[in-house]
Amino acid sequence: MPSFINPEKCDGCKAQDKTACQYVCPNDLMVLDKATNKAYNQEPDLCWECYSCVKICPTQAIDVRGYADFVPLGGSVTPLRGTDSIMWTVQFRNGKIKRFKFPTRTKPEGAIQPFADMPEPTPEGLKAQELAGEPKWLMIEKMARLEDKG
Amino acid sequence: MEPTVEVVKSDVLVVGGGMAGCGAAYEAKYWGKNLRVVLVEKAATERSGAVAQGLSAINTYLGQRWGEKTPEDFVRYVRTDLMGIVREDLVYDVARHVDSSVHLFEEWGLPIWKTDEGKYVREGPWQIMINGESYKPIVAEAAKTAIGAENLYERVIVTHLLNDPNDPGRVAGAVGFSVRENKFYVFQAKSVIVTCGGATLLFRPRSVGEGLGRTWYAIFDTGSTFAMMAQVGAEMTQMENRFIPSRFKDGYGPVGAWFLLLKSTATNAYGENYMVTQADELKKYEPYGSAKPTPTPLRNHLMLTDILAGKGPIYMRTDEALARLSGGDKKKLRSLESEAWEDFLDMTISQAGLWAAQNIAPEEQPSEITLAEPYIMGSHSGCAGMWVSGPEDIAPPEYFWGYNRMTTVKGLFTAGDGVGAAPHKFSSGSFTEGRLAAKAAVQYCADHPGEIAVDQDKVNALQAEIFKPFETFEKNQGASTTPEINPKYLLPKAGLTRLQKIMDDYAAGSGTWYRTNEPMLTRGLELLGALKEDLNNAMAARNLHELLRCWELVHRTWTAESHVRHMLHRKETRWPGYYYRTDFPDVDDANWRKFVNSKFDPATGAWEMGTKPYLQLVP
Repeated sequence: MPSFINPEKCDGCKAQDKTACQYVCPNDLMVLDKATNKAYNQEPDLCWECYSCVKICPTQAIDVRGYADFVPLGGSVTPLRGTDSIMWTVQFRNGKIKRFKFPTRTKPEGAIQPFADMPEPTPEGLKAQELAGEPKWLMIEKMARLEDKG
Repeated sequence: MEPTVEVVKSDVLVVGGGMAGCGAAYEAKYWGKNLRVVLVEKAATERSGAVAQGLSAINTYLGQRWGEKTPEDFVRYVRTDLMGIVREDLVYDVARHVDSSVHLFEEWGLPIWKTDEGKYVREGPWQIMINGESYKPIVAEAAKTAIGAENLYERVIVTHLLNDPNDPGRVAGAVGFSVRENKFYVFQAKSVIVTCGGATLLFRPRSVGEGLGRTWYAIFDTGSTFAMMAQVGAEMTQMENRFIPSRFKDGYGPVGAWFLLLKSTATNAYGENYMVTQADELKKYEPYGSAKPTPTPLRNHLMLTDILAGKGPIYMRTDEALARLSGGDKKKLRSLESEAWEDFLDMTISQAGLWAAQNIAPEEQPSEITLAEPYIMGSHSGCAGMWVSGPEDIAPPEYFWGYNRMTTVKGLFTAGDGVGAAPHKFSSGSFTEGRLAAKAAVQYCADHPGEIAVDQDKVNALQAEIFKPFETFEKNQGASTTPEINPKYLLPKAGLTRLQKIMDDYAAGSGTWYRTNEPMLTRGLELLGALKEDLNNAMAARNLHELLRCWELVHRTWTAESHVRHMLHRKETRWPGYYYRTDFPDVDDANWRKFVNSKFDPATGAWEMGTKPYLQLVP
């Protein structure tokens, strides 16, 4: 279902350099209309419905209406993404509602230390087959080799 | 107005920031601590590529630390699934390293389901379950932190690679443009790793309107990987291969959790399990027909046989599976149901929306599945891509030319969907293969310390070519009062529909239930030729967004052409259920258990077709 913007909730990200939805859309679909200061989806039939814009919108102004050629009206799926989990509300066409909550990460955003506890790379290491941090991060004694096997 | 020009120099240039590109950037910075590693991404790396939406499982994990599977087991499984032809050196190499990538993902904060004993919960023999909504933001954070924000260029689309003017067989960088400002980029680089994913929307989709957007694979995967590397003369392999996903109908939600974790079966409308009732069909395709598990193409073939026999719709028996697994325990049922919904919400939210809009309660009724339109890719149960060198300690001489994952163009590497004949990498394997390519690229830089030259005349010509669609629009817009309909130009959306119709009609799209023959492919190639001419002469854009779509379309069209040329060359039906050559309907191991390769010559514009031997390395 292509994403669409509720004009009552969208504040154009308060006229910042770029809106959150514009920043995140993987398919370059979201645009800010300078005249109204509201965002819109400029090419709804190339929307993958990845919900990246819905999840990132600071005012929850973005929703999705199912692809008209195969989705009956009346259902909705609404995420609320927190720092370590996401809540989903699924509303059925018949009015039934289901709610789910799933974890999204075990460590806070920004905490990753990419090469923590890895040894300094060496020229010999560069020529060998092991990747960064192997064999430690394989959690086996040594990396497998085809010729080792009978 | 002339765009501004920015020249960016680097040692390792990574084009495309999906799983493979993030793996490449990460590994390159580890080994090339003092090298400049630049990552270019056409969107925001946080949510780009095939994992943008998230995933509910990691499909490639061996569990070597618990003695669960060996790389040899993996090679045997993958070889069987693609019906006898894979590059076993490449597949083995991914398998022996993939666990370390998964362990790093967990270290970085990806939640992985655990059993009571602390092992990962298996979805299937190779798959593990994750809470993967933030899988891509986590992986992107690691890559971005590794290389530093100053080396990340987002919202820049790379359109062409550059050859070294002193050695046309060597890569020298790439060019592209910003999709946010009037700016042309020249990336000079000693080594380039192209990781722009697979190709979607080459074929007319099953949907007829807005549903065009609901591709099974990421819609932002536009064939750039294959097109850009082919254009500079890199050899391709297995481009005739495609993947036809059997998925929940229309929403294309995943079926893996239903088949593997929840032990569901699929039946036709009359309750018959086609895997049983159509089993005789498998005998036509021995020895692969009796292999266990049945190869993915053949499972498609059995479903298709039922559909063509008029026994559709095909249903996933979700109701029976949940009843069986819960055994009437209501609490257990609720937990299984939650797992089933998470499977969709983590990776294909549309499918959850479709179920809600159709009032589908999986515990009460079955749900339709079907076969989608074709996708060209090298990371799933599909093996199209580039012909690359294998690892030094495994690859036989026929498969080795100095640097792991290097294409036949010196200094040009690829990974993930870009590496051909090495399927079943999925997210974790693609990241791992990016790491393998990057490590070799760093070694390549160390071995080639000199400055790299760029042909300024060529760069200027490319700049003019890239922005020409603006000029074409300006010059001709007066010829019509309707901007979309103009005899002098073609907007990208119009060109895309032409491509999709050609491919669907002639190149074994879903419209023919994946059937084609030599005359059809030949006719398709003629029409693709006319499309290429039109794109070359008359492609028009009104803004940067349309200019982006123009070049995506060019990349899709080149990918489509290579697909057709390869299908023409392989005179057999290697993967029934993916496509059928009706003029050569059998699997022909005697003549065709080998790779089909192609090479475009940038100097002459000619395509050279040939084959390479399949060598068995794992008994």
